[in-house]
Amino acid sequence: MGLNIEDNKKLIEEVLEAYPKKAKKDREKHFQVATDNAIDCGTCAVKSNIKSRPGVMTPRGCAYAGSKGVVWGPIKDMVHISHGPVGCGQYSWGSRRNFANGTLGIDNFTAMQITSDFQETDIVFGGDKKLAVIMREITEMFPLAKGISVQSECPVGLIGDDIEAVSKKMSKELDMPIVPVRCEGFRGVSQSLGHHIANDAIRDFVMGRAELAETGPYDVNIIGDYNIGGDAWASRILLEEMGLRVIAQWSGDGSLNELEVAHKAKLNLIHCHRSMNYMVDHMEKAYGIPWLEYNFFGPTKTYESLRAIAALFDTTIQENCEKMIAKYKPVMDAIINKYRPRLENKTVMLMIGGLRSRHTIGAYEDLGMDIVASGYEFAHKDDYEKMLPMLEEGTIIMDDPTAYELEELTRKMNIDLVGSGVKEKYVYHKMGVPFRQMHSWDYSGPYHGFDGFKVFAKDMDMTVNSPVWDLVTRKEKMEPEEASI
Amino acid sequence: MSKDELNIKDNTSLFKEERYVQQRENKKQFEAPCSEQETAEALAYSKSAEYMEKNFNRQNVVINPHKACQPLGSVMAALGFEKTLPFVHGSQGCNAYFRSHLSRHFKEPTPSVSTSMTEDAAVFGGMNNLIDGLENSVALYKPEMVAICTTCMAEVIGDDLNSFIGNARIKGVISEEYPVAYCNTPSFVGSHITGYDAMIKGILSYLYTRSGIESKPGSGAESGEKLNVMLGFEPYTGNFAELRKILAAFDTKYTILGDHSGNYDSPATGEYEYYYGGTKLEDVPQAANALGTLSLQKYTLKKTQEYISGTWNQQISALSTPLGIKGTDKLLEAISELTGLPIPASLTEERGRVVDALMDSHPYLHGKRVALVGDPDLLIGLIGFCLETGMEPVHIVCSNGDVDYNELKFKDEAEALLAASPYGSEATVHVGKDLWHMRSLLLNDTVDLAIGSSHLKFAAKDADVPLIRVGFPIFDRHHMHRYPIIGYQGTLNLLSLIVNTILQQLDDNNSGFNFELVR
Repeated sequence: MGLNIEDNKKLIEEVLEAYPKKAKKDREKHFQVATDNAIDCGTCAVKSNIKSRPGVMTPRGCAYAGSKGVVWGPIKDMVHISHGPVGCGQYSWGSRRNFANGTLGIDNFTAMQITSDFQETDIVFGGDKKLAVIMREITEMFPLAKGISVQSECPVGLIGDDIEAVSKKMSKELDMPIVPVRCEGFRGVSQSLGHHIANDAIRDFVMGRAELAETGPYDVNIIGDYNIGGDAWASRILLEEMGLRVIAQWSGDGSLNELEVAHKAKLNLIHCHRSMNYMVDHMEKAYGIPWLEYNFFGPTKTYESLRAIAALFDTTIQENCEKMIAKYKPVMDAIINKYRPRLENKTVMLMIGGLRSRHTIGAYEDLGMDIVASGYEFAHKDDYEKMLPMLEEGTIIMDDPTAYELEELTRKMNIDLVGSGVKEKYVYHKMGVPFRQMHSWDYSGPYHGFDGFKVFAKDMDMTVNSPVWDLVTRKEKMEPEEASI
Repeated sequence: MSKDELNIKDNTSLFKEERYVQQRENKKQFEAPCSEQETAEALAYSKSAEYMEKNFNRQNVVINPHKACQPLGSVMAALGFEKTLPFVHGSQGCNAYFRSHLSRHFKEPTPSVSTSMTEDAAVFGGMNNLIDGLENSVALYKPEMVAICTTCMAEVIGDDLNSFIGNARIKGVISEEYPVAYCNTPSFVGSHITGYDAMIKGILSYLYTRSGIESKPGSGAESGEKLNVMLGFEPYTGNFAELRKILAAFDTKYTILGDHSGNYDSPATGEYEYYYGGTKLEDVPQAANALGTLSLQKYTLKKTQEYISGTWNQQISALSTPLGIKGTDKLLEAISELTGLPIPASLTEERGRVVDALMDSHPYLHGKRVALVGDPDLLIGLIGFCLETGMEPVHIVCSNGDVDYNELKFKDEAEALLAASPYGSEATVHVGKDLWHMRSLLLNDTVDLAIGSSHLKFAAKDADVPLIRVGFPIFDRHHMHRYPIIGYQGTLNLLSLIVNTILQQLDDNNSGFNFELVR
């Protein structure tokens, strides 16, 4: 089944039949089939950013994951306390692959699990006193730490601990920024609220607190790149080659000082709009810094983005930009010439966080692949509206799709490649369907920029065309034989 | 196009290129980093005895602990039963984390659902979430049993699972007969092993009570001959297979209570099935009539063991993970004692072969100083294995070692085991400590080898000590869990892993003249 509007509408109906009435009614609101009309006017009817149904195996995480796991965790020279019981910090320890330079445990604290390890007594008597001691101990254990953030887990909010008061008092005592972040997992409906809360904390506690020795006309920030597999580095190198000066990188390989000086930039360049749009909006209002959303997945989108960025600067930058594109285009063409014939017309289903289901479409198209279903874990209405014009008529759009829905759609749509996360990965291995983890680049990367696209193209080819998939004995091939016995 | 330009470099080599080295240097002007001297001094300080003392004096901050939280263990326990859906009552992020964490270790899917509680449930309680969740998950995933555990959120607000499940039945969401087992697993108590124990006990007691059977240990022609076996929080699917092999050699009937090996070692057939293997639900009440129960993780399964010996009135033989020759000997003796069957000649022969292998390799192991990290039962097994090969355990860290079995404390047992051998004289057992403590230990009193999970890799690297990956989680090596480490065969696997790591080290550190062909 491919991109037929009526067929796909029917397909969705069939899949949703399995739900009880109440859940079915809810899930129907989260699906749409792209029509020409909708694509042209960009109106997306899909309901998003509302609660997941209980009991349905949602792919979503929580606010803590959004704040500690995504936004704050990669700030490398601060210590982030997972405040509460041991689990949350343990599971988010080093698993997101946001690379950072520095010496672990000395001036880089990213791949560490630093926790208050709540016990029953902390729940009964509160964890405030303990939190103050923990902060002192952190400065003893990690004398080069530039600051501390407190990432609240569920119980902290429920028992009413005043982490703000402790942070304020200890910030004075220890003479360093200490940031309380109210990202308890029960807040909101997904990771998304955690991003927002984390952004607000950056705004309130660190933004504008330091100055740059000198500013220049080409100063920009990279906002919303988490440096998965080195993405931000592969992006930064292009901006710098073009003549821009990146003064802050948020938050992959990020540092406290970069957060503090970012308000001095002339332009904010935002990659993951979903997780950090709050920040660029605020900086536009508070400091008058304009912002631009860019996309460095795949050469087509990268050229477009580089030119859009250059257009905001003078002819020097614009000329550099064209020179750079002229320099890399032959390499990108050669990559496409090599891999496109192997990937042409392969169908792709994507279900990724809140941005990549949209941003990677161009990269797949550069390789001749067709997106037939695309959805997000925790996106909002604006993300769907931006995605819609990028889709072909008949594409299925899905919000917070459950494991069951993804599996049924994959079975019925004859998908050649599924891109999603580790919770989904091994299901598709059982099904014999090629799969890439598009949250973490499946332990590969970078995928951003020109250096990244090479890796992306190689990885997609490796995945789709691996001979291992041919080794899977499919049941449909077995059954007739069994029946004949 | 030159070949070089089409040379595709990923992160393993790309960022070593000069242009990226320059980028890294250039970025520092905005990072306001500490000076190279400051960093070097701090690094040296972190390796000092003075630092170690401070490190061991900290009271409250926990740095790189070697334990996960209770409900993660409960999810694994639930997956040990046939067509059982793990169901996590609380905030949905927890469930996402459990599924990711277990899948990263086993490289297999982890089906599990959540009640997705949010702010309103925090205020009004999660009953509606639980009722809706039961309705949806039963309709979609068609389990034959649902096994509910709680997260810290549900526990802090005091949700009452028993009454909620009762109300789900009254509402007709599930029938009166539909099995729903449950346990309370607040994350601020115990660790993944206590959560595993809570769910196993929850499922056994629930299925037994509702069956109406009254236990008569050793009764019944069919069921009475059976032995019950529990492996506990078992990160090795290969250990289940090895135990089955041993029990088959004994020719005894048995029931494994909690067998998640099917779910975590399922075939790629072109169809995903959700449920693979597991203890049959109808076998659980029958297990109450078995001759006795063999537990291979006595600290982990504390409450389940108490339940079986108390309510089922059964003889319990509780061991720790049977590693090494003597550990396996104990296992075979326990099976023999519980069943009255002799130890099969085939296993005695296998023992001889593995002892022979140990003799071949012992010169490379003897006197090797070792650091160990893991759960209590695994550590008891590992200590035993090290001592019988002539390896010397030096630093032993057990973050969740504060458990006892029949008033026998893990720490006391470990220390007694070490004291009984001349090879244990240097060892210190650190209970409730974390991997940052271990880092200090490794840096201040060096060892030849570290044995533990992937999480130990950071401390081992800082101390330049090779790491043998054993335990949970192993995220950065493939298929380790498919090879047993228990029994004689497991001993051989563990031996091969260790001795070949040491031999590789000899090759890596050769001085030219001793890059030898024969070892």
